[in-house]
Amino acid sequence: MPGRAAPRTGRSLNSQGERIFCGQMNSLLLTGGRVVDPANCFDGTADVLICEGKIAAVGPDAAAKAPADTERMDVRGQVVCPGLIDLHVHLREPGQVAKETIATGTAAAARGGFTSVVCMPNTTPAIDNAGTVALIHERARDQGVVNLFVAGAITKNLAGEELASIGSLKKAGVVAITDDGHCAQNNDMMRRAMEYAKMFDLPVMDHCQDYSLVIDGVMHEGYWSTVLGLRGWPSAGEEMIVARNILLAETTGAHVHCQHISAAGSVRLLREAKKRGLLVSGEACPHHFTLTDAAVAGSDKFFKADGKGVFGYSAGRGDLPSWPAYDTNLKMNPPLGSASDREAVLEGLVDGTLEILCSDHAPHCDYEKEVEFDYAPFGITGLETELALSLMQLYHSKRLGLADVIAKFTVGPARLLHLPKGTLSVGADADVTVFDPDREWVFHRCDSVSKATNSPFYGWPLRGKAAATIVGGRKAWAEQAELAKA
Amino acid sequence: MSWNRKHLLDIESLTAEDITTVLDTARAFKAVGERAIKKVPALRGKTVVNLFVEPSTRTRTSFELSEQRLSADIVNFNTEASSLKKGETLKDTARNLEALNIDFIVIRHSASGAPHFLARVLDASVINAGDGAHEHPTQALLDMFTIREKKGRIAGLNVTILGDILYSRVARSDIWALTKLGANVTLCGPSTLVPRVFEQMGCRVTHDVEEAIRDADIINLLRIQHERQRKSMFPSLGEYTSFFGLNKARLARTKPDALIMHPGPINRGVEIDSEIADCDRSLVLQQVTNGLAVRMAVLFLVNGGKGPQEVAP
Repeated sequence: MPGRAAPRTGRSLNSQGERIFCGQMNSLLLTGGRVVDPANCFDGTADVLICEGKIAAVGPDAAAKAPADTERMDVRGQVVCPGLIDLHVHLREPGQVAKETIATGTAAAARGGFTSVVCMPNTTPAIDNAGTVALIHERARDQGVVNLFVAGAITKNLAGEELASIGSLKKAGVVAITDDGHCAQNNDMMRRAMEYAKMFDLPVMDHCQDYSLVIDGVMHEGYWSTVLGLRGWPSAGEEMIVARNILLAETTGAHVHCQHISAAGSVRLLREAKKRGLLVSGEACPHHFTLTDAAVAGSDKFFKADGKGVFGYSAGRGDLPSWPAYDTNLKMNPPLGSASDREAVLEGLVDGTLEILCSDHAPHCDYEKEVEFDYAPFGITGLETELALSLMQLYHSKRLGLADVIAKFTVGPARLLHLPKGTLSVGADADVTVFDPDREWVFHRCDSVSKATNSPFYGWPLRGKAAATIVGGRKAWAEQAELAKA
Repeated sequence: MSWNRKHLLDIESLTAEDITTVLDTARAFKAVGERAIKKVPALRGKTVVNLFVEPSTRTRTSFELSEQRLSADIVNFNTEASSLKKGETLKDTARNLEALNIDFIVIRHSASGAPHFLARVLDASVINAGDGAHEHPTQALLDMFTIREKKGRIAGLNVTILGDILYSRVARSDIWALTKLGANVTLCGPSTLVPRVFEQMGCRVTHDVEEAIRDADIINLLRIQHERQRKSMFPSLGEYTSFFGLNKARLARTKPDALIMHPGPINRGVEIDSEIADCDRSLVLQQVTNGLAVRMAVLFLVNGGKGPQEVAP
C-alpha cells in the first residue's frame, strides 16, 4: 500500500486510513499492568515499552530499554491489551453529520477503548466509489481520533442491482465490502460479488435480512410483538440469508462474514458450516446478548422476564435501570431476539462460532428517535458501552476468560480484515488499550461524547471501563487527562 | 373501590378491580343518560382534544358525545388539515396543543404505542382510543359492560372471539379484560390470523369454527382488518366466509342463549350473515349505546373521580 506524504499536523494516515505519526515521538512505558495479548498467547504482569509509535518491548527488559525521557504510566491493577478494533460502526460521514461525524464518532471510540474502527458504507452518498473513500480518509486524517478503516459497498448505492467498483474501492483502501443496512436480495449478485472480491482478497460482509420475510417488521416476532401489537420480524428473515451465504461460500470458495448475528438458527447454521470447513464467520453485538425482545415492553417486563441474570454478578446492588414500553432506543436491525436467541448467541461466542465482537454503533438524532415506534429509524449507539457489556455477559458471568473476550475485539477482526493490528508483538503499531475489567460505573447521557444519544444503556450500572486508549503510541484518550481537565 | 390513574393507555396494566370500577361508574352514567336532562357538569371548564390520526366514526362520535354530556370543551383535531401532514412530529403537535392548556387528549393512531409515547412527553391525561394493532381499551370496557349487563357476570363465561385476531386491537384488549375478570377465552380464525402464540396470553386457540362456538356464551366477531394486513393472509373473502363466517346453520348449533357481539364496522356477508347481525341475539347496537356511558366513566375517572359513588344520583 502506498504511503502518504505531507504530515501537516505531525500526524497522518496512510492510504488505508491508519494513523502514522511523523516527526518527534515520545516514548511511553506502561508499568505493572496485566498484559493480555491473545495474538501471542501471553497473559501475565509485564511492562510495555512504546517507541516511535511501535511496540518496542514487552516484559522484564522493557524498563531497561526505555530512553531516559520516557513518559511512565503506572497501570498496576489494569489490563493492557492490543488496541481494540470495532469492525462495525456507522460514523455518518459524509452526508449525515446531524447524527454523527468522524470527529465525534472516533472520540466515542477512543473513550470506549477502541483504537481502530471500520465505518459502514451507508452514508450519503454511499461509499461505493473511490472518491468517497478518499474523502473519508482525508476527514479522518484531519479530525479522526483513532484509526479509521473504510468498508466499501458491494453494490452501487447499496441498491443490490449492480456491482460497485469493487476493484477501485480496494485500490482506494477499503478493507472489506458490505451493503450494511441493506442486504443484496439477488442471489446471483451476491455470488458474483463474492467471486469478484475473492480476486482482490477482500472479505465480503453481509447484513443478513430477507426482505420478503421481514417485510415491514419492527421487532422480533414472538410473544412480545403479539402483546405490543407491533409488526413481527421472524427469525427466519435472518436465518434465510445466513443459509444463502453459507451455500454461496461453498459454491464460490470465498469467505463470507455474517454481520450482527441475532437468531439462534443463524448460530446453528454457522456452527455446522464451520464444522464442514467452509470459509464463514460471524459477529455479535452486546445488545443482542444482553437484552431481549421483552425489553421493548419496558424495563419492568424485561427484568421480570428475561433480565434477571443481566446483573447476576451484583444481584441486589443498586437500582435497576428503567425505561418505558415502546422506547425507540430498543429498536434496532436486526431486532432484539428472544431469551433463547440471546442464549444461542452467547453459546456461539463461547464455542467460537462467533469470533468477533462489535457494536453496530448506529447514531441517530433525538428528533428522529422521539417518534412513534413504527416510524423511528433502527439502531443504537454502542462504542462507549460495548467493552463493559461484553465483559459483563462473557467474562464476569464466567462464560469466557479475559483473553478470549479480548481476542474477539483484536485478533478476530484483524484476521478477518487482514489488518496488521490486534497484537502487541515487538515492531507492531503501538495501538494499546488499558482498561480496568472490574471498574464499576454508570453510563450517563451527559458523559457520552458521541453526537447522538440513542442508547438504551443510560443509567445502567456497568462493570469494566477503559482507562487509556493509545493509538500509534499517543494517548488518544485517557481518563486521567479527562479528570485533570475537569 | 377507588380509581387512581391519570391515563387510560391499555387494559393490560389494569387490575380486575380497576375494570370493575369503570363498569360500576359506567352503570351510574348510563342511568344519567336515561334522564330527561342527560348532561352533568363533571368536566365543566376542562378541555379535551380528540386527536384522531386514523379514521374513525363510531369511537370518535362516541367520545365527542361523552365529552359533551360531561360539559367539557372540545377541540377536534382534523389530521387531514394538520401540521402532521406538513412533517411536524407527533411530539411537537401534541406539545403545541398542550401549550393551549388542554387537560385531556383522546388519541386514535395507526402506530402501536403512540398513546404511551404521548403520555411520556405530555402533562395532560391521555386516553387511548385505539393504537395500531395494540389495544382499544374503551372498546373492551364497553364489551365487558355489555356482557355483564346481559349475563350478570363475566367470570366463568365462555367467550369466543372469531375473526382476524392478529391485527386486532379489540381482540387484545378483550383478551386482557376477559382473562382478568375470569372468563374462558377461545380464539378462532384462519391459522395465519390466529397464531398459536396467543395461547401465551391465556387463551385457547382453535381453527375449527363449529367447535369454537359450540359451548360459547358470547361470540364476539371481528372484521378482517384489510388496512393493517401486510397482504392477503387467506385466499379470498369467499373462502373466509365459508370456513369462518357466522351463518344461521352454525348459529343453530350454539347454545340457545349465546349472544353475538361485534365492535363494528360490520362487513355483512363476510364475517356475519346479514340477518344474524340484526337478530335479537345480536348486541351490536347495545354495545354502541353502552360505549357512551363507558367513555363518560373513563373521562370522569381520569379527571380525578374515584368511582360510581361520586356520580350525582
